[in-house]
Amino acid sequence: MRKAVAAPQISGISNPTKQQVRAGVTQAWMERLRPYLYVAPALTFFFLFFLFPIAYVIYLSFFDWTLLNLEEMDWVGFENYSALLAESDFHQVLWNSLVYTVSTVVLGILLSFLLALWLNKKAKVYGVIQAAVFSPHIISLVSVAMLWMWLMDPQYGLLNALLEMVGLPGYTWLAETKSAMISLILVSIWKGVGYNTLVFIAGMQSIPRDIYEAADLDQSPWWRTLTRITIPMLSPTLFFLLVINTVSSFQVFDTIYVMTQGGPINSTNMLVFYIYEQGMDFYNGGAASAASVILLGLVGILTFLHFRVMGKRVHYQ
Amino acid sequence: MARVELNQITKGFQNQTVVKGVNLVIPDGSFTVLVGPSGCGKSTTLRMIAGLESVTSGEIQIGDQVVNQLPPGKRDVAMVFQNYALYPTMNVYDNIAYGLRNRGTSKKDCKILVEEIAEIVGLTPYLKRKPSQLSGGQRQRVALARAMVKKPKVFLMDEPLSNLDAKLRNQMRVELTSLHKQLGSTFIYVTHDQVEAMTMGDQIVVMSEGNIMQVAAPMDLYQEPENLFVAQFIGSPAMNIIPSENDSQTLWGFRPEKALIMSDAVTTVSTNEMITLRGSIVSREILGADSLYYVETGKGRVVVKMDTDQTVELQTSVQVCVPYSHIYEFDRDSGNRVQRREGKPAPTLAGGMV
Ligand SMILES: Nc1ncnc2c1ncn2[C@@H]1O[C@H](COP(=O)(O)OP(=O)(O)O)[C@@H](O)[C@H]1O
Ligand SMILES: [Mg+2]
Repeated sequence: MRKAVAAPQISGISNPTKQQVRAGVTQAWMERLRPYLYVAPALTFFFLFFLFPIAYVIYLSFFDWTLLNLEEMDWVGFENYSALLAESDFHQVLWNSLVYTVSTVVLGILLSFLLALWLNKKAKVYGVIQAAVFSPHIISLVSVAMLWMWLMDPQYGLLNALLEMVGLPGYTWLAETKSAMISLILVSIWKGVGYNTLVFIAGMQSIPRDIYEAADLDQSPWWRTLTRITIPMLSPTLFFLLVINTVSSFQVFDTIYVMTQGGPINSTNMLVFYIYEQGMDFYNGGAASAASVILLGLVGILTFLHFRVMGKRVHYQ
Repeated sequence: MARVELNQITKGFQNQTVVKGVNLVIPDGSFTVLVGPSGCGKSTTLRMIAGLESVTSGEIQIGDQVVNQLPPGKRDVAMVFQNYALYPTMNVYDNIAYGLRNRGTSKKDCKILVEEIAEIVGLTPYLKRKPSQLSGGQRQRVALARAMVKKPKVFLMDEPLSNLDAKLRNQMRVELTSLHKQLGSTFIYVTHDQVEAMTMGDQIVVMSEGNIMQVAAPMDLYQEPENLFVAQFIGSPAMNIIPSENDSQTLWGFRPEKALIMSDAVTTVSTNEMITLRGSIVSREILGADSLYYVETGKGRVVVKMDTDQTVELQTSVQVCVPYSHIYEFDRDSGNRVQRREGKPAPTLAGGMV
């Protein structure tokens, strides 16, 4: 607690005039306002294009409405949600999203890690291979999807031709319920592995070389160097890749749209495609908004869990 | 405990040879310091002994064994790195224990050994901490403990004190020397700092551009430099070099602390015992007890180190006198020491008395 102390009056020094006080006050206000003014443009942008749409879609999800007639919007509360959650198609969509995400993330990251271990060397060859592995990342996903449809074509596709060459039976790829999902996962891994590998290699190269030299002098066998030094040192990288891969896998759309349209028999229908279908094909705005909110919630929860469970083990320098 | 021997060691990187045929014997139990300007190949030499760098040609022997083909872990050496190279994700205990565990030391023995070493280097309260939670000096101790716990035959240290502040560095210097006495193992220590070399080493190896310039004990190195390079590298400030009086093939050197400044008026100086350079004082640096005077003479600028109490004004005309007994003579082309002057140079040496 501060004690009120009368300001000492010193003769010869006059007290500030009212005008001076007022000028001082406005100046103090300006000082306080200044940082907000600086961030105002960015904040405006953020509110307008990020927060507002999120809030608005949550709002929309409580109405029964259709894209065909935006005049008529009936407040239905949580009905859109209960309808969705009661629907077995939607269960399947959730399940598909989960299977797809877990497989893509786990296999994709594992494969990238192994590739990075292999490619993290000085010689030129490795640079070339690295560039080749990275190239799918810069191709548009739609082109990638088209390309793989050709490759996977049961009649004249390259993959089956290769299988036949080594005497194996052709494969149905996108045409059957089980294999269609596997095909999508395969394409997604193929597309993402270059980026993940690159990030892993960057992470590996930031580990000081003398730590490995110290490990050599300590007679560390390679697998212990890997598990006790490399992997723990890469934990921030691993964590980063885990989060962004999970989020982007949950949002898969292009490949489904181009390659399977969610089929056969809903076997590759996943959240974003489902939302698109509800909104653009069935004009069911209520269901689409509710599904969007569910997607938002799921990704949010997953990211939160990542931070809670993994975040604690991440070693930051 | 072991002696280390390098036979005709060379090391090339791409098209550049950075170690050029080094022959060196490091006696068992010695504290050998490799010293030289930055980039002269000290670290490379040390890393070849450790096995972190392969040798291009030549042979390295540790104890009775040629180790060229042995991996670092099998050479029974331990190294302290300049940046410590601690394992950032492990705590202090695990950092120290890691090498033991890899050798198959049991958990129980590990605990005993690590705690013993931690006690010696004063790390006991910090065993659970990560390196990032330690100060520079404490990290240095962890690096040391990690090397010590393995009880290696040879300790290799690459500028281990260069990341510490001056005070801590002095303290660690003393601690390292006493540690060496205590352990009795062979220490090979790399530094670019001649003070560190002179104070810690019992054998000093001066290197320049991939060659060994001289191997000697500290005082011998200071008193009997074999060549211009060593003469100028050891000692601070560096030895003054001037053209010799009557032989254009040689250069003379004298140490700043062995010269005297006298007033120009004094003429009693015997030219038979001293050389005299006339000039004027251009600047002065006060170091504390001593001061450095920069004197512009007819033979170039020389530095004289004198007691601060004996002040001499700037711009004064003076004579710098150096007894012949403190003059070193070097061959101008090879840089090698010619002989130690014991009197006035030969041509005018009359009496035949030495
Ligand atoms: N891995 C390397 N590749 C190429 N050149 C190197 C490498 N390591 C050291 N050098 C070169 O070798 C020379 C000696 O290096 P180093 O032994 O580290 O010197 P010092 O430790 O005496 O300062 C330097 O010119 C350096 O550039
Ligand atoms: Mg070095």
